[in-house]
Amino acid sequence: MKRKLSLVLVITMVLSLALTGCGNQPQAPAAPAAPEEIKIGSVFPVTGAIATFGQSSLNGTQLAFEEINNAGGVLGGRKLVLINEDNQSKTEETATAFQKLITQDEVSAILGSVASSHSLAGAPIAQAAGIPMLSPTSTNPRVTEVGDFIFRACFIDPFQGQVMAKFALETLGVTTAAMLVEQDSDYSKGLAEYFRKAFEAGGGTIVAEEGYKSTDTDFSTILTRVKATNPAVVFVPAYYGTVGPILRQAQAAEIDAVFLGGDGWDSDKLFELAGDAANGGFFSNHYSPDAGTPEVDAFLAAYQAKFNSVPDALAALAYDAAYMLAQAIDEAGSVEGAAIRDALAAISFTGVSGTVVFDENRNPVKSAVIIEIRDGKQVYKATVNP
Amino acid sequence: MAKRFSAILQLVLLLAVGYAIQMAMDAELINRYYAHVMTIMAIFVVGAVSLNLINGICGQFSLGHAGFMAVGAYTAAIITKNPDLILPAIFTGNIRFILATLLGGMMAALVGFMVGLPSLRLRGDYLAIVTLGFGEIIRILLLNWDFVGGASGYFGLARHTNFFAAFLLSIITITIIRNFIQSSHGRACISIREDEIAAETMGVPTTRYKVIAFVIASFFAGTAGSMMAHLTQMVTPASFTFILSIELLLMVVLGGLGSISGSIGAAIFLTYAAEALRAFRAYRMILYSLLLIFIMLFRPKGLLGNQELSLSLLRESFKNLRARWRRKKKDGITAAAE
Amino acid sequence: MTITQQILQQLINGISLGSVYALMALGYTMVYGIIKLINFAHGEVFMIGAFVGFFSITKLDMGFFPAMFTAMIFCAILGVLMERLAYKPLRNAHRVAALMTAVGLSMLFQNLALAHSWIGASAKGFPQVFPLRKFELMENVTISSDRILMLVIAIFLMIALQFIVHKTLMGKAMRAVSLDKDAARLMGINVDKTISFTFALGSSLAAAAGVLFALNYGIVVYQMGLLPGLKAFVAAVLGGIGIIPGAMVGGLLLGVTESAVSAAGGSMFRDAVAFAALIIMLLVKPTGLFGKNVREKV
Repeated sequence: MKRKLSLVLVITMVLSLALTGCGNQPQAPAAPAAPEEIKIGSVFPVTGAIATFGQSSLNGTQLAFEEINNAGGVLGGRKLVLINEDNQSKTEETATAFQKLITQDEVSAILGSVASSHSLAGAPIAQAAGIPMLSPTSTNPRVTEVGDFIFRACFIDPFQGQVMAKFALETLGVTTAAMLVEQDSDYSKGLAEYFRKAFEAGGGTIVAEEGYKSTDTDFSTILTRVKATNPAVVFVPAYYGTVGPILRQAQAAEIDAVFLGGDGWDSDKLFELAGDAANGGFFSNHYSPDAGTPEVDAFLAAYQAKFNSVPDALAALAYDAAYMLAQAIDEAGSVEGAAIRDALAAISFTGVSGTVVFDENRNPVKSAVIIEIRDGKQVYKATVNP
Repeated sequence: MAKRFSAILQLVLLLAVGYAIQMAMDAELINRYYAHVMTIMAIFVVGAVSLNLINGICGQFSLGHAGFMAVGAYTAAIITKNPDLILPAIFTGNIRFILATLLGGMMAALVGFMVGLPSLRLRGDYLAIVTLGFGEIIRILLLNWDFVGGASGYFGLARHTNFFAAFLLSIITITIIRNFIQSSHGRACISIREDEIAAETMGVPTTRYKVIAFVIASFFAGTAGSMMAHLTQMVTPASFTFILSIELLLMVVLGGLGSISGSIGAAIFLTYAAEALRAFRAYRMILYSLLLIFIMLFRPKGLLGNQELSLSLLRESFKNLRARWRRKKKDGITAAAE
Repeated sequence: MTITQQILQQLINGISLGSVYALMALGYTMVYGIIKLINFAHGEVFMIGAFVGFFSITKLDMGFFPAMFTAMIFCAILGVLMERLAYKPLRNAHRVAALMTAVGLSMLFQNLALAHSWIGASAKGFPQVFPLRKFELMENVTISSDRILMLVIAIFLMIALQFIVHKTLMGKAMRAVSLDKDAARLMGINVDKTISFTFALGSSLAAAAGVLFALNYGIVVYQMGLLPGLKAFVAAVLGGIGIIPGAMVGGLLLGVTESAVSAAGGSMFRDAVAFAALIIMLLVKPTGLFGKNVREKV
């Protein structure tokens, strides 16, 4: 019987080797075919729990690459090729995707991933291989702390939390706030944590903090609890997919507080989900559609033309990240990892979300705008500098 | 004696092969991506074989295998990341990792006992729902536990897992589960699968055996979780979802309910297929669910049934084929003669 | 808001949620009663029902009631097809095989919805078909017109179901088949037809629940059926699986319990509580609140 067992094992081992060996063949001839193309990897989730975010990010990146290539590419005519690996919204898959992009596709740089927890799984691999990684949307401060090859294009959690707390205290002049926090999203928890700190430091009180999960659809009980504490503002740091129903159910529950949020609110789907319940809310964002800068106008028009929808913040950030990377490659004059890294670290980039430079932790230093929702439209309210 | 000696020899030989592969990986003869994928294959083998013990051998239906992997992963991660927590600080490096993996497995086994006892006591399909609910409860508890990072996950683990470690674990799992199945306990489990009422009538304490099998399977799921955590160097509450349980289930079903070698083959094949067909990722789950439905409809015992893949089986089926071919030829000749 | 006001308001929240669970639990319990199968895909029928209602309103410009009716018909047909194609061939196979098929169907529907260009991963807002009106029961305790509508329709459907099961010939056949399939066949009852009818009935109730849920919570999304489906099953077990009044009581009980936990500050544990309730029930009284102890037959 034992004999049988070990035979089985040998067979399966040989099988596994043979199978992985087979994978080698189609890859081999592809390499020398187009020497002047520059391969850029991206790890955006196109399936799984946060597939919508991945899709937006991918759209933004694709649009940017298309524009860059149509304008003649980088490094004097070399085209950018995007290889996206879907990580299925999973951390393990992110690690595999990074390994594949780096060792198999031999990409020069990686854009991604979306969620901070995913980026944290990929970052050590990119860092060890010396491949620059630029995450458009991972807000957790610890992502870029992994090493000097890791960059991001978005605000970090503390900044947005502080911006909204300051806005509530100073502009709205309120002293009581409630928070609705998506407990399975590190983005939501991060923003809430720093909102609380800044709000309490400024003399305000958090009268209620309620948790929910991204898969929840019934918010009526937590909203009833919030209503009982009678807050002046309610901070809902989450993405539009959950913010929409929350606002709508809050309207039905007759909560007459001002609702505040972060860049996750930025989507025309919010109006579709929340209806007129969205009116009167404020959120922080990277740019305002009516800012009138040429970059914003060009981006909005091109995105609308290509995808027939209004871009959300994720698409805008991915679009900026792609341009930022292209500029860094141009300035580096090479596709070598360390050269791109140095160029990124020293970059001064102007894009949709304004002018960006990196601080010593490879986090972007850029200003935020506060947007008011009025009559189903985003209206510019104020600019907050870091 | 001689038989036992040859079995041990073969095991040693097998381990030597595994070690040689590991050396080839260290020398970068096998690139890192392949190394990574092969390690994952070995981990999935552990997951699939242990799930087969519940679903295939015992005829029960667990949908929470990923949950037990999560328990093992977090337990082990806590131990390896905190040098003086749970285990004394004298254990460091790989020794600590091995002990942590064992403890992770034990923790998963303990939880498996607690989940299994109430639901396995009953006849019927409650285990499926209870294990499913258990997976959700684990996720919620982890989200609310700030010590392990809540939603952001628990990261910054050392990379202890390499191919050889995972390979070794898979060999240990296969050996122990094989031996269990061939023991009297294993036969009792099979009798439960075939006819629970008859088994009980014959004096088989059905609940006890179901729980034993469930606990063993949970233990190995926990160790697999630890391996996975120290490969990705982080764990998040979203790491071990329902989808993972379904993937493992499909491996068991594809390989045949009750067939260990089938599970091994299916785990390797499906992991390979997922990598090879990366472009079709969006349709992967559709394909998986269709596969699951069709296998159940047309081969309710799983694609390969409960036979073990072995040389003698191959020889036999080859003989059969040849005999059939001969017969056909002979028929052909006689037909032509007529 | 005083404590009493809060408790009353949360009770209304709980009953609204519970009525959705109850409608879904009916489907589970009828199917389990008749072929002893947990139809895992029931939650997905709920989701598909909600989407059919959603598209009937947004794409076909139907009114709310015709849309709900369309969803019910669509899902009734879907339920019959599901039973005929996937469950019937396995009626005499090992129970686990049928259960795995059910899980496979559930995954299939979810992922087909995800891949479908009309549905996709992002949530959609259900149109506010009726102007939102609120009725103040007392100070600070309100109930919206949508909720009243949901409760009225749910109660109506449950009464209709009771009528079908107890007063019609088909209902009598259903009860006979669930009691003893073979004896029923010998008495000249068309067992296959009866089982199909049960699936049609259960699925149309799930569809109605889906549309009502979408109207009240304002959202349709491809994975909306997963957790409500599981909880409805828990509700069915709480009430005693296979027992129709049990499913109704179980659903309401679970909805109120969940809201109570959430109202007490444990909103993160509302799902956990449902499963904990299941485990406790299995330990204490596996046959459910209304169940009688029956020995399993060989």
